[in-house]
Amino acid sequence: MNTEDRGGSYAISIRALSKTFGSEMAIRKLDLTVSWGDFLVIFGPNGAGKTTLIKILSTITSPTNGEVSIAGFDLKSDSSLIRRNIGVVSHQSQLYQDLSAIENLRFHGKMFSVPGLENRIMEVADIVGIKSILDHKTSVLSHGMQKRVSIARAILHDPPIMLLDEPETSLDQEALSVLKNAINQSERGQRTVLMVTHSLERGWALGDRIAILARGNIVYENNTASLDQSTVIEIYNDLVGRS
Amino acid sequence: MNNVKTGKSSLFLLLLAGAMMLGTLYLIFMWVPTEKNLGISQRIFYIHVPVAWVGFLAFFFVLTGSIGYLFAVKSSNNQALMSAKSWDRFAYSAAEIGVLFMTLMLISGILWAKPVWGVWWTWDPRLSTSLILWLTYVAYLMLRAYSYNEDQSARYSAILGIAGFINVPIVYLSIVWWRTVHPQVLVGPAASGSLDPSMRMVLLAATATFTVLFIYLLVERMSLQKSEEQMEMIQGLGRTE
Amino acid sequence: MVSFWHTILALVWKDVLLEIRTKDIMISILSFAILSLLILNFALKPSPKTASVIAPGILWVAFTFAGVLGLARTFALEKDQGNLVGLMLAPVSGEALYLGKMLANLMFMLIAELALLPIFAVLFNMSPFQPAFLLVVFVATVGFAAVGTLFSAIGVNTRSRDIMLPVLFLPLVVPVIISAVVASSIALDRGPWVDMVKWIQLMLVFDILAVVLSALAFDQVLRE
Repeated sequence: MNTEDRGGSYAISIRALSKTFGSEMAIRKLDLTVSWGDFLVIFGPNGAGKTTLIKILSTITSPTNGEVSIAGFDLKSDSSLIRRNIGVVSHQSQLYQDLSAIENLRFHGKMFSVPGLENRIMEVADIVGIKSILDHKTSVLSHGMQKRVSIARAILHDPPIMLLDEPETSLDQEALSVLKNAINQSERGQRTVLMVTHSLERGWALGDRIAILARGNIVYENNTASLDQSTVIEIYNDLVGRS
Repeated sequence: MNNVKTGKSSLFLLLLAGAMMLGTLYLIFMWVPTEKNLGISQRIFYIHVPVAWVGFLAFFFVLTGSIGYLFAVKSSNNQALMSAKSWDRFAYSAAEIGVLFMTLMLISGILWAKPVWGVWWTWDPRLSTSLILWLTYVAYLMLRAYSYNEDQSARYSAILGIAGFINVPIVYLSIVWWRTVHPQVLVGPAASGSLDPSMRMVLLAATATFTVLFIYLLVERMSLQKSEEQMEMIQGLGRTE
Repeated sequence: MVSFWHTILALVWKDVLLEIRTKDIMISILSFAILSLLILNFALKPSPKTASVIAPGILWVAFTFAGVLGLARTFALEKDQGNLVGLMLAPVSGEALYLGKMLANLMFMLIAELALLPIFAVLFNMSPFQPAFLLVVFVATVGFAAVGTLFSAIGVNTRSRDIMLPVLFLPLVVPVIISAVVASSIALDRGPWVDMVKWIQLMLVFDILAVVLSALAFDQVLRE
């Protein structure tokens, strides 16, 4: 699947998205687009709606209002097709603690109908650096290792789009570069990534576009190349402080 | 505007129900002749049966509301999505009032059983099925109370509302068959059989009365729920400013 | 179509692997069932004459309550480790997820019940290993698994999840319990097949309705 012949010009296109939980509006009329091949990092304080946004994009939570299209597919009608095209890493490992790493990967591979599964698992294990612990029970693995297995799981079906929910927590510098490596290594060319985080420094290092999410809305967007970190910190404190 | 109109029609219903109730009570306690076998206690029949009928009607409404909700919530047009909320309110209100009427049915059944058969309870298929139905809808109300958010609460209870109702004929059938296996269990109230025309008329009057009462309660409850939701939304908007 | 069944197989295998490692569900069901049998035995004090009358009822009480326990565990496991989300992220239909879980639950319950039967046979001097009785056990357990899987998924997502499943589940499976007890009674007494048939048919109707409706509804239960 070549990124060029995907229908629609954007990898992710969000228009007037709203999500209400009872009386609380977690996301309000959010508009956002992510082009193919972009690495967008969204910063925001806790409660801004970061996790909710990821949950909506990964089809777990349904929006209250608005239109979302991912990889050219509409969220409401083709969520199953969307799921084939996204890989999600969140702070919960989504691994069965009583199964070994490779058993977890095999299970997910079967769920995603990954062709040539055993070979693909070895490939991915190599990229992420977990070959030596594949047969270990997940519960005995360190947090960082489990995170790596999670990443392996997320790229197993080679999705063109990745959604990351604060992945840098519990990853050291080396593992962080493993993450970047894993995301970049793809036969289909540059993966599109949307990452949410509350850590400015870590996120800054990874992305080429940044946005700030506050109180359920995107309040600032720019390229990382045209700014320096301290300016962004100022802008961030300004915008977020105002709430 | 909207609320004034509903206000007027509920007032009308309340007055109508009130008037009918007075009339019916007169018929039940003053007018209709005493049944020769069972005596005065038989008059509970004129409350027990209509209340049971309304209970079942209420649960049929829960079924309708649940189905309506599930279909509305899956569609993509906004009109349907708005109506989903109304279907949900309809189902919830009907369930609450249904449990109320079912409780009355069970209590009146128990009160009737004692003087007539000498025991508080018999495994009469209708009474037993009603008990199971009552338990199912109490579970429905618990599910509503224990859900984490409204979306969940509406979806989950819609599923239970449908499952519970479909279960009724199966439960009834299994109890009827079960009783033929255990004939030593006391027999329940005889089938209505041939009713004296005057008794039949009173029964119909009572049924109509309780149905009107039910509709009144349902309308009131639904509008109360709507107001509660609007209140919460306003409070929510206020909080996030 | 083939991939539908492949997915279900993968789901069942995953649960089997987990069970082999932890033996969590089977131990819960077995220990609770044995305890129930013993306690009911002491509470009801069946004499050799009354034993054959009471025994089927006691057995099904044990199966029912132990079954509820087992059913609750299977989803608690998924929820606690964030795996429910993992399943939801897969491009797999709600029906497939339901059937995968239901078949795994069915298998575990049947194995636990079969393991329990020898104890039952000894305590009540019955011979349960006959085809008619085993058929009753199978058909009834399908009903339990069908309803239990759906409502366990619902229950696990609410507050007070330990009490939600029994409260939701028990009223709904009443017809299965009644049918199972009567049919078991006939089967254990080696009564005529003709008497048993209608109960088994009733349970089959229940089973089919339960499985089909639950499979269709499952997507609604999972998605937020």
